[in-house]
Amino acid sequence: MKLLIALALVLALAGLAYLAGRARATRLTLAAGGRIGAVHSRPVYHGAYVAVLALAPALIVLAGWGLAGEGVIEGRVLATLDAASQPAPGPDRAALMNEVRGLVAGDLPQAFNPLAPVLAPRYAATKTNLDLLAGALAVALLCLGGLWGYSRIRPDFRARNRVEMQVRILLLLASVVAILTTFGIVLSLIFESIRFFRMVSPVEFLTGLAWSPQTALRADQVGSTGAFGAVPLFWGTIFIGAIIAMAVAIPLGLMSAIYLTQYAAPRLRRWLKPVLELLAGVPTVVYGFFAALSVAPVVRQVAVALGMADASADSALAAGLVMGVMIIPFVSSMADDALAAVPRAMRDGSLAMGATMSETVKKVMVPAALPGIIGGVLLAVSRAIGETMIVVMAAGLAANLTANPFSSVTTVTTQIVALLTGDQEFDSAKTLSAFALGLVLFGMTLVLNIYALAVVKRYREAYE
Amino acid sequence: MNQNPAQKPAIGHNSVPKMTARDVNVFYGQKQAIRNVSIDVTSEHVTAFIGPSGCGKSTFLRCLNRMNDTVDGARVEGRIELDAQDIYAPAMDVVQLRARVGMVFQKPNPFPKSIYENVAYGPRIHGLARAKADMDNIVESALRRAGLWDEVKDRLGESGTAMSGGQQQRLCIARAIAVDPEVILMDEPCSALDPIATARIEELIDELRGRYAIVIVTHNMQQAARVSQKTAFFHLGTLVEYDDTSAIFTNPRETRTKDYITGRYG
Repeated sequence: MKLLIALALVLALAGLAYLAGRARATRLTLAAGGRIGAVHSRPVYHGAYVAVLALAPALIVLAGWGLAGEGVIEGRVLATLDAASQPAPGPDRAALMNEVRGLVAGDLPQAFNPLAPVLAPRYAATKTNLDLLAGALAVALLCLGGLWGYSRIRPDFRARNRVEMQVRILLLLASVVAILTTFGIVLSLIFESIRFFRMVSPVEFLTGLAWSPQTALRADQVGSTGAFGAVPLFWGTIFIGAIIAMAVAIPLGLMSAIYLTQYAAPRLRRWLKPVLELLAGVPTVVYGFFAALSVAPVVRQVAVALGMADASADSALAAGLVMGVMIIPFVSSMADDALAAVPRAMRDGSLAMGATMSETVKKVMVPAALPGIIGGVLLAVSRAIGETMIVVMAAGLAANLTANPFSSVTTVTTQIVALLTGDQEFDSAKTLSAFALGLVLFGMTLVLNIYALAVVKRYREAYE
Repeated sequence: MNQNPAQKPAIGHNSVPKMTARDVNVFYGQKQAIRNVSIDVTSEHVTAFIGPSGCGKSTFLRCLNRMNDTVDGARVEGRIELDAQDIYAPAMDVVQLRARVGMVFQKPNPFPKSIYENVAYGPRIHGLARAKADMDNIVESALRRAGLWDEVKDRLGESGTAMSGGQQQRLCIARAIAVDPEVILMDEPCSALDPIATARIEELIDELRGRYAIVIVTHNMQQAARVSQKTAFFHLGTLVEYDDTSAIFTNPRETRTKDYITGRYG
């Protein structure tokens, strides 16, 4: 709340700096007679330059304090205790400081830790002082920056070029945010996975055939030895996402792309293509209950009719079929692009030989577009193996290593959901295994994506 | 236009025309690209279509093997006959028509397949070879007639797209003659080639004359004068003049023809 007030104050002051800078530059321009070039930059640029010089350091101070301030305050407050009574870093200290903060805010009527009531007034005082100090520092820097910028306004000062550079830096920062976030995610995956691999060896994890992540809460519990062989999970993921789903998506996607690019009248194509792409906009959870409620029972009936009396309601086939339908738009839109990129001369050359349309498609168009089509299929596979909702709702949790499409299998994503749903202790192998699974999944999709994009790119170059 | 040249006794009227067109009109949507064109094409001559860009010469050429069917919104009116059969009649099968009337395009467009497979493409589609040896013969004779055999006989398995532009275009000609068509349509076949490759193609056209009825569209008037015996001058979608090539270039009847070949416009 205080931070918000400080932010508003800083922004308001920066606004003033802008107005002041612009006003001064306007006066200069008028004094110079208003010719183009008499004053290098237009007044708005001078104003913007002054505002940025004022705003940037103040924002950096406020952001830094917002991130690091609490740690500094805690350190100071705890330093007032003598060394013996200071709680050790970790959960104890965090619990104490939580109570202190609760007492200060008035949310907590009574603290358990006897130290908390002692520390509360010290905490309140330190926080007020340091917050004020940070705010004052920000405003001071703002004024200094603003005055410096204001003093630099001269007819020959190239404010426009400086502002252009500042805009460029801003855009760079914006584009770096997504990349940095990805790095952060990967790092957190890696750190948690390392903790997991201290408890379970990577060899067992990557090659073990049994998956049963139950670990004991008490030493005397039955079934307390967890098994962390993830091969059944990898198999289930590939079975559903890369085999069954692709068996549906590749032929249907490819054929619809061929129809749309080669056969459909332009007017029909204008309608059909967006409708097909709408499929990609259906939330996956909707596909999930369609798979669980509509497709799975039918699949089970087929299995029973085929003589599998104990067929499960959750089946790889049901999840894979629906996932395949979900993936059709990806395959078809990539194949569409690839086919459309084949030069028209190629198609005309074949038709002029007396080939029919389907001969032309089969013998010339598809072979020529094959790299692009393969790239699209690989991207679709990477999406399918990362897909979660359909398999959670329709594939089941039993880690079976089987090639029978009617039996229940489980996937990496399903297990991650199961492992991390509900209350979990974060120091057990059971919970941490989710991160190792996530890391493997990330690695698989990353490799697939890189390879697919490389294939698609090489193909594009070939025809441009 | 005060006279329609094709309605006068056709030049070379001692021979039966291979293809005849009468009052052909072509529309792209609302726009009319060809107006009332009538012309005869004979087997023993090379016929050149000349005219400024956008005059409709390529559009008209593409009517002769119904390639305009593949263009959305294109509509052809009038009557075009091949050996006195109406090629736009419902009874005419477009696959068979194109086997009889082959085409070579402006830009060499070999398929991304081997040299052998490029030439074998048409014979395979039309089932012309029973055994591998038959196909080998067809491919060899087509490549020989296209003057390409000696250059490629040791590398028939290499990709057709890896050759030079001139070789690619001769490969496309070999591909067209592999199905032994009766007419070959060439749509500015040398416009993407250098002068040496162009001369090679022109020689080839001369060698093929008499065996096939050849129609060549060109915007290069010297080329028309070199390779053709008959020349048709198109302007703004109409056929202005059609006569022996020597007559067109030395003694044109129409002022528009004269202006064009003397470089007044176009």
